[in-house]
Amino acid sequence: MKKALLEINNLCVDYVSPNGIARAVNNVSLTIAPGETLGIAGESGCGKSTLAFAIARLHKAPALISEGEILYEGRDVLKMSDKALRNFRWNEVSIVFQSAMNSLNPVITIGEQLTDVIIAHKRISLKEANKKAVELLGIVGLHGDRLKSFPHQLSGGMRQRVVIAIALALEPKLIIMDEPTTALDVVVEREILNELYDLKEKFGFSILFISHDLSLMGEIADRIGVMYAGKMIEIGDAKTVFSNPSHPYTKGLISSFPTIHGPKTRLYGIPGDPVDLLRLPGGCNFHPRCNDCTDVCVKDEPKLLKRNVDYEVACHNI
Amino acid sequence: MYGLTLGFQNKVLIMNGSITADDKASAKKQHSEFRKKCQSVIKKTKAFFDGNPPAIIGGFLITVILLGALFAPVFASHNPEKRVARPHVAPNAEHIMGTTRSGRDVYSQVLYGARKTLSVAFFAGIIAMSIAVAVGVTSGYLGGKVDEWMNFVTNVFLVFPQLPLLIVLAAFLGQVGSFVITILLGVTAWPWGARVIRSQTLALRNNEFIIAAEVMGESKIRIILVEILPNLVSIVFGGFLGTVIYAMGAEAALGFLGLGDATEVSWGSMLYWAQVSSSLYTGAWWEMLVPAIALALTGGALALINMAIDQVSNPKLKTGPHLKLWKKMNKETQKRRGLV
Repeated sequence: MKKALLEINNLCVDYVSPNGIARAVNNVSLTIAPGETLGIAGESGCGKSTLAFAIARLHKAPALISEGEILYEGRDVLKMSDKALRNFRWNEVSIVFQSAMNSLNPVITIGEQLTDVIIAHKRISLKEANKKAVELLGIVGLHGDRLKSFPHQLSGGMRQRVVIAIALALEPKLIIMDEPTTALDVVVEREILNELYDLKEKFGFSILFISHDLSLMGEIADRIGVMYAGKMIEIGDAKTVFSNPSHPYTKGLISSFPTIHGPKTRLYGIPGDPVDLLRLPGGCNFHPRCNDCTDVCVKDEPKLLKRNVDYEVACHNI
Repeated sequence: MYGLTLGFQNKVLIMNGSITADDKASAKKQHSEFRKKCQSVIKKTKAFFDGNPPAIIGGFLITVILLGALFAPVFASHNPEKRVARPHVAPNAEHIMGTTRSGRDVYSQVLYGARKTLSVAFFAGIIAMSIAVAVGVTSGYLGGKVDEWMNFVTNVFLVFPQLPLLIVLAAFLGQVGSFVITILLGVTAWPWGARVIRSQTLALRNNEFIIAAEVMGESKIRIILVEILPNLVSIVFGGFLGTVIYAMGAEAALGFLGLGDATEVSWGSMLYWAQVSSSLYTGAWWEMLVPAIALALTGGALALINMAIDQVSNPKLKTGPHLKLWKKMNKETQKRRGLV
């Protein structure tokens, strides 16, 4: 295995709320190799986005990164000074946010927003920055004339492309995509992801792809991690996790949407509701919703154990 | 659980054939509902004051001031309008805040003056805010020609310097009583609030829930009263307190300039008499300082309460007891990482 680009060790993120402390990310460890796509899946509120925010250290009160370390090429992001952090963000790691449509300022032209990023981090003239902006728009499949448009003059898919172009502007080594295509229809989603993949071949960046759409993930990710109640419960190469999962939660996720190919089978969802982070059930967090629950599951918390070369799962029943 | 027992009781009583049974049960039900409501109010009040120093300080000050004003006849040691001692007696055991040039007890005057000043300020605030809400919401929601005209009037009122306008009006009407001053303050202090409310209404108007209400066929009045107004409560209340502070200052200013009725006891007229008798020159500082401090304290208390309401009604302001915990935890983690 190549040397990891990003290494997260035992990361914990807490939300300090008036009703108590909710641990949204609980002891998560993962690595991303250069040029790799890691997908993080899980239901709403399981800590996916919180994890993504932690990597760029974007958390503000009441969220607190309480434990662990985030090593980017060996440097701990959590120990960076404000100046180093400013340099690190976007130069090394850029983010495409969940509501990419809202990440563009509605009263500034997209050209200005693109050149802004370039000028803020690089010492080049406005003319060169403009040239670069046109180039970037070309990369994501938009015409350079669009620089003068305001965000509301673009369609959702176009705005998404602009946001991706901004994320690519400084050629970062890691792009965090926090549900980048949730608000788009499948056709546009497909187009954008295909483009993204061409770009990835070209530039060789890594992607941390966060989504609740496992089928999408199975197609694009090299490795998949599944989170539940702030914990990584299953992580491994995409093929194993997607087609042969062993954690009952992942199984439930996968069996809750139909396959396009293959025979029609009955779909099974996951019973129950997502856990309340303030009132964790104890033992395995998934046990109240699990069909294969045993006495051990109620008592002990399963550890994330290595089962294969690149496959870890946290479940007692395997 | 309680409802269950109630239902059971109900049944038993009906079986007994008593006519008053239903009434009694429903009365009891009402009573328990009332108690629950009270409990929730107490809980909310507690949550409001918890970890909110401006609320505690402001609430305490305003309570003291209001109690003083309400129970002025109980607390006052003398009749505020009678000569009770020699002029300009320094504070002593009998006259704890001294006496005025005309030999009246300053302590009793401050208590009675609070009644006048506070009621003028309060009612002026109500009048101003009512006009502001009416104008702001109507022009913001209806838009078009109505908005154009109302906005024009608001702007005209806004560009008039308010105190000179008040002085001219008050002088024109001669030495006027507190009632006229209340109305004058009320009808001149609304434009600022109206503008804020109008802009907030404009922002709300395009929200989906308003559009949904329109599609459902709700009348304009209902949309304004039921859909828009509840969203403006914190702004209206904040504006109200701000207007009360302003009206209190303006009332004192008018009184101080001798445009109010100098025979009434208010903090403004106290300041007026203190100025006329040149109390500061003759060394009778108490006559000037006591009403001035009373005004400052009341204004400060209201401003603090305004701040407190803002902190509670705006959860994004990031205040509250849990953030203290966050700060502590943050410090600890920073220490663990060796950053501090």
